[in-house]
Amino acid sequence: MFVVTLRCEHSCPYCQVSRQSDDRIAYDMSTETADRAIDFTFRGPSRYIKIEFQGGEPLLNFDLVEYIVWKAEERNNVEGRNLQFVIATNLALVNDEILKFCQEHDIYISTSLDGPRELHNMNRPRPGKNSYELTIEGINRVRSALGPDKISALMTTTSRSLTLAKEIIDEYIKQNFNSIFLRPLSPYGFAIKTKAFYSYQTDEWLDFYKTGLDYIIDINKKGCFFMEQYASIVLNKMLSPLGNTYVDLQSPSGIGINCIVFNYDGDVYASDESRMLNEMGDKSFRIGSLHSDTYEDIMLSDSLLDPIEQSIVESAPMCSDCGFMPYCGSDPVYHYATQGDYLGNKALSGFCKKNMFMFRYLISLMEEDRETRDIFRRWIRI
Amino acid sequence: MIKLTSRKVEPLSKITIDKSISRLTENKQLPLPLRSEQILLIKEKLNGFPHGFKSYFIFEDSEPNIEGIDNCFKVDNEMNYLAEGDIIKFEPHSRSLRTIYRRNSNYNSLLVTERCNSYCLMCSQPPKNRDDSYIVNELLEAIPLMSRQTVELGITGGEPTLLGDDLIRIINCIKNNLPFTSIHVLTNGRNLSDLEYTKKIAKINHPDIMFGIPLYSDISNLHDYVVQADGAYDETIKGIINLKRLGQKIEIRVVLHKQTYLRLPQLAEFIVRNLLFVDHVALMGLEMMGFTKPNLSVLWIDPTEYQYELVEAVNILSSFKMNVSIYNHQLCLLDPKLYRFNRKSISDWKNEYMPVCDKCVKKNECGGFFSSARFKYSDKINPFLHS
Repeated sequence: MFVVTLRCEHSCPYCQVSRQSDDRIAYDMSTETADRAIDFTFRGPSRYIKIEFQGGEPLLNFDLVEYIVWKAEERNNVEGRNLQFVIATNLALVNDEILKFCQEHDIYISTSLDGPRELHNMNRPRPGKNSYELTIEGINRVRSALGPDKISALMTTTSRSLTLAKEIIDEYIKQNFNSIFLRPLSPYGFAIKTKAFYSYQTDEWLDFYKTGLDYIIDINKKGCFFMEQYASIVLNKMLSPLGNTYVDLQSPSGIGINCIVFNYDGDVYASDESRMLNEMGDKSFRIGSLHSDTYEDIMLSDSLLDPIEQSIVESAPMCSDCGFMPYCGSDPVYHYATQGDYLGNKALSGFCKKNMFMFRYLISLMEEDRETRDIFRRWIRI
Repeated sequence: MIKLTSRKVEPLSKITIDKSISRLTENKQLPLPLRSEQILLIKEKLNGFPHGFKSYFIFEDSEPNIEGIDNCFKVDNEMNYLAEGDIIKFEPHSRSLRTIYRRNSNYNSLLVTERCNSYCLMCSQPPKNRDDSYIVNELLEAIPLMSRQTVELGITGGEPTLLGDDLIRIINCIKNNLPFTSIHVLTNGRNLSDLEYTKKIAKINHPDIMFGIPLYSDISNLHDYVVQADGAYDETIKGIINLKRLGQKIEIRVVLHKQTYLRLPQLAEFIVRNLLFVDHVALMGLEMMGFTKPNLSVLWIDPTEYQYELVEAVNILSSFKMNVSIYNHQLCLLDPKLYRFNRKSISDWKNEYMPVCDKCVKKNECGGFFSSARFKYSDKINPFLHS
């Protein structure tokens, strides 16, 4: 993940990292940093590389996005990796020129859609109070310029969302998406500062999730394909031999080895959550700097290897005895953020509670109802 | 059904040629230097006799004047389908003729050996345990004569991998001579459990080769019973995994009969869980050939009686985005949910329809019957009278 700028014209209370500023020097990534990040990326052994542009709002520094795409493509002429680009953007600033560039370079767009207009605009304030309108217009522009498969949307759950599961799902269907990721709010950054995170408990979120999933199953039973993405990831692990790239459902955790974050200033983090933790003043998962450390320094640093080592569920207390272990994973950043310890006491872990519930619920749905089982099968290998 | 072998060959003049693999031609104006290697088919009356061909096959009614011409043979009309570009094995003294390759067919299959290490209950080509290694040399001779426009060649047996390195010679020969032709190998995969041998096959690096491998159950002893060979299941599974480990394309073939239909859904579960990487799954109806006839009592079940299991299995496989096909089934016996998976799969030379099918409006969409179905077929055949 390349954080090309921290600047953003939105001021979402749940956002962990963005700045409302015009100071390009203070908050934009430089070309020198970008060059080092590209080098670092290609030092990795993976045959598949996905470069995700993050922010802030990356479209505020689109010149650098273009620079990185050109440089990475040039480098890849020699490397021959399977190289893909994604821009994570709120789409407020999208224009024809940007879309033309995306078309020419096969770039994917990932945007944020929190639900119906009122909820979305409350969650995601910006000058003009028109985030929803701009997002929907942007989605349609991207679809007509790049085709329906090039855009996906992510929702963030807030305490306001909890009673609106069906309305949020309906909004996704209305916007022609065929899936939704019902995400819990993470315990990092501004979310914790504003107490938003503690305003609802895991139990409340699970009720929300259950209502949403039941509703989605019902939609499928009525003959319309629609998928919940977290369930799909878990079902892939349960029913197929396929792996997944979801960092938190792997053993060891995928931090640093499945994803890595290059911040605007050259700092390197083990995951997106790690840089959010850093914003809270905790540098535990800052694993180095592109300007002062080598690839080897960073990838072999204790600050990366220790949490990875402690995230192996096969040897984690309570996990190693758990019947759901093959489906699960570990999230050292979450446990560090909530319990001050990479491993965490699973009896007190919201991560464990959430996943245990999911596994039990998905299995009991499949056991109780053949039609649901058939629907879940179609959520595999998407 | 057309006949691929004939003994109704009658010499009309002096025989000066020995047995050989030959290309057939209908081109009477072939340049002289090319004629001595090819056999001319004479199907109609001629104006003047074209000299210099290796041999002449003369069909009814053409009545050419062959005075003074050696190696003329009268060939029975049962072989009248022979045409330009076909390849035959011809033994003039024993008057036997066998078609190896038909240029106009999409279903050319090379039988590379009749030996086999399994003994399947429903084998359509019962194995013969004798040295037939001469076949390899015949094929190495025939392949360079085939058309470079050949879309696909099958390799079948017996069990082709019993040829060891000779199978690799055959595949290499096809790759070198017919670079645009895809290859489909029918094998039980057991010898591919030997990783070193499988590596040799992968090393040929053929751009378009697929291995069709039968798998009959999720339970090893049921599979071993069907193929009448202990330990076969483990070897086949290992072979499948070895092939994919080396990047080869694989088709799993399941023949549906009384011993296999009951656990079809479980087999589908097994495949999506363990062998999701295979490229195609074919669920196939029974052919009334070879061992199927004597074993009919343990094999026959009317296709209408396994529709529940078949629908379940197809649902599981297609939910997991596997490429799944139903072969050798008559449309009127299938659950309508399965129509879109049904393929017309029976090789042209043994594909027929029953008299009752004449009035069916969906005959064109239906795969029809094996010629051998005359021996036994479902009494539930029910032509579609309205579209």
